[in-house]
Amino acid sequence: MGEKSREEYWRRNIKLVVGCLIVWFVVSFGFGILIVHPLNAIPFGGYKLGFWFAQQGSLYIFVGLIFFYSNRMGKLDKEFGVEEE
Amino acid sequence: MSLQLLTILVVGATFVLYIYIAIRSKAKDTSDFYVASKGVHPVLNGMATGADWMSAASFISMAGLIAFLGYDASVYLMGWTGGYCLLAMLLAPYLRKFGKFTVSEFIGERYYSNTARMVAVVCLITASVTYVIGQMKGIGVVFSRSLGVSFEVGIVIGMVIVFVYAVFGGMKGVTNTQIAQYCVLIFAYSVPAIFISLHLTGMPIPQLGLGSTMADGSGIHLLDKLDTILVDLGFAAYTAQKMSTINVLFLTMSLMIGTAGLPHVIMRFFTVPSVKDARSSAGWALVFIAILYTTAPAVGAMARMNLMQTIQTGAVGSPDGNIEYAKVPPWFKSWEKTGLLKFEDKNGDGRIQYYDEKGLKTAESFGWKGNEMVKVDRDIMVLANPEIAGLPNWVIALVTAGGIAAALSTAAGLLLAIATAISHDVLKGWLMPNINDQQELKYSRIAIGGAILVAGYLGLNPPGFAAQVVALAFGLAAASIFPAIMMGIFSKRVNDKGAVAGMLAGLGSTLVYIFIYKGWFFFKSTAMLPDNVDNWLFGLNPQAFGTVGAILNFIVAYAVSSVTEAPPQRIQDLVEEIRVPIAAKVK
Repeated sequence: MGEKSREEYWRRNIKLVVGCLIVWFVVSFGFGILIVHPLNAIPFGGYKLGFWFAQQGSLYIFVGLIFFYSNRMGKLDKEFGVEEE
Repeated sequence: MSLQLLTILVVGATFVLYIYIAIRSKAKDTSDFYVASKGVHPVLNGMATGADWMSAASFISMAGLIAFLGYDASVYLMGWTGGYCLLAMLLAPYLRKFGKFTVSEFIGERYYSNTARMVAVVCLITASVTYVIGQMKGIGVVFSRSLGVSFEVGIVIGMVIVFVYAVFGGMKGVTNTQIAQYCVLIFAYSVPAIFISLHLTGMPIPQLGLGSTMADGSGIHLLDKLDTILVDLGFAAYTAQKMSTINVLFLTMSLMIGTAGLPHVIMRFFTVPSVKDARSSAGWALVFIAILYTTAPAVGAMARMNLMQTIQTGAVGSPDGNIEYAKVPPWFKSWEKTGLLKFEDKNGDGRIQYYDEKGLKTAESFGWKGNEMVKVDRDIMVLANPEIAGLPNWVIALVTAGGIAAALSTAAGLLLAIATAISHDVLKGWLMPNINDQQELKYSRIAIGGAILVAGYLGLNPPGFAAQVVALAFGLAAASIFPAIMMGIFSKRVNDKGAVAGMLAGLGSTLVYIFIYKGWFFFKSTAMLPDNVDNWLFGLNPQAFGTVGAILNFIVAYAVSSVTEAPPQRIQDLVEEIRVPIAAKVK
């Protein structure tokens, strides 16, 4: 792996992580805490939406995020020829 | 068959299973003992991580905490799960690529400094020892409540069981038993939750039941009804926020960073075969954890509903709106005997009034003379659930086995983290670098045996500060370990001096802030300011200070590194190397 592609691989990795962590932050700290009051005005099934994000939704999204990240990194590894056997 | 005999049989059966697994997983060398020879399947490692992570507190106390805190308990739900995203994306794959045995070993090599390694060992051992005391107490509590043995005997039995599989099997034995313990604990948690949800809402899936309408035909949603009942009795609404927003934010963040920085969790990701597996295994771990963590809010809300409805049977203030003490269900009386529920008939009317004295101004006009439920222990919410839902005795026995499984699995993971730090970092890495693999294996067995004795002793003679220390464990992990590892991977510029200064700044500031309010080394008399919101700096709860400690760690480490020399070339090459799963393939 040349210097150039090594840098490119790392740059794309960081971009992916930052993207995932923005979602991570928005659903928990955003929806679940900072704007929980306005969201609570919206019913979601029998839940208030903000409360749902804080006690259910953000947890489901965390799980999805890790698998999304893991899947994308697998593809990135293949693209750069650094995947493990 | 009596409940006690049945409980002994069920718990005994799980012990036989754990011992059987231990016999089949004897560790042959240090690689077996420290990292299970890096051969654990990512899904199974996820399961083991789930059991490793979910402690006696998660199993027994969390739903009760949620029942009484309502929305505010979200800090624990998000904090203790969101950390896995940080772990999966910022730490685990790179540490797995590094491919060594302990967290402190990474810090020592990356910062080419034995001082950094020993600072990390001190943080690791402090965090783990404080945490393990809670597990030992948890085992003692479950035993004494359910099996009719004393608290002390309970702890000793727990120590013996952990001793057998941790000393002989090391990480290999601990992993295999944790997988079995996960199955026991999640089954034990889910069965009563499903039945309670069915009973209250007609919906078997608790996560959906929490958002369903009541099964009493009223068509009212459970959460709305719970809010109404609580507000009518002067309590705060269940779904309302009571803590200040800054504390909710900082506490959630501290718990997340702390979770990602706890060594016994990070260590589990050294056991999978590849970098790719480390990434996906973190996802599986969170799946298995989220099964319990999304069920707990349902259990909490439903248990609170059951409790309120049992006592307040009719309209608030109406003469026969409250249950007569003579007519309470049997579970009420049986938990009264344990002292965890306490009723005092203050107005002598033979009925129970349970309300918030500050919130309900009209109480006196009803002839109420104060809240009569003088004690409602939070732990009851999970432990009494099967009885409240009228479930058969085998379910009650199962809950006991589940609570013990949760405590044992977490204790074993923590003890292993402590023992490996002693035998691999302190002995092999510093004091006795010349011992061979088999000698190191022997020392690691002695270390874990010693750690079990110390943990048992502390469990039997808990220091007065036991309740405070879990916050300390998370604060330390957040302020010292997490930033040091993260900078080691994501920066090539942070050097030995920066890392040591950063860790000490994070650690020191967090300890000082906690000690100012909780007392120096938790001696209450030495507290310098009263521990309440008026005296907290910017109103920040000491438990939430880990976030600030972590930020200080980052700032100090970067500042010191930028005015001192860059790390040597070989260290910069090492960082390059851990950033990719393998060097480029030969074409």
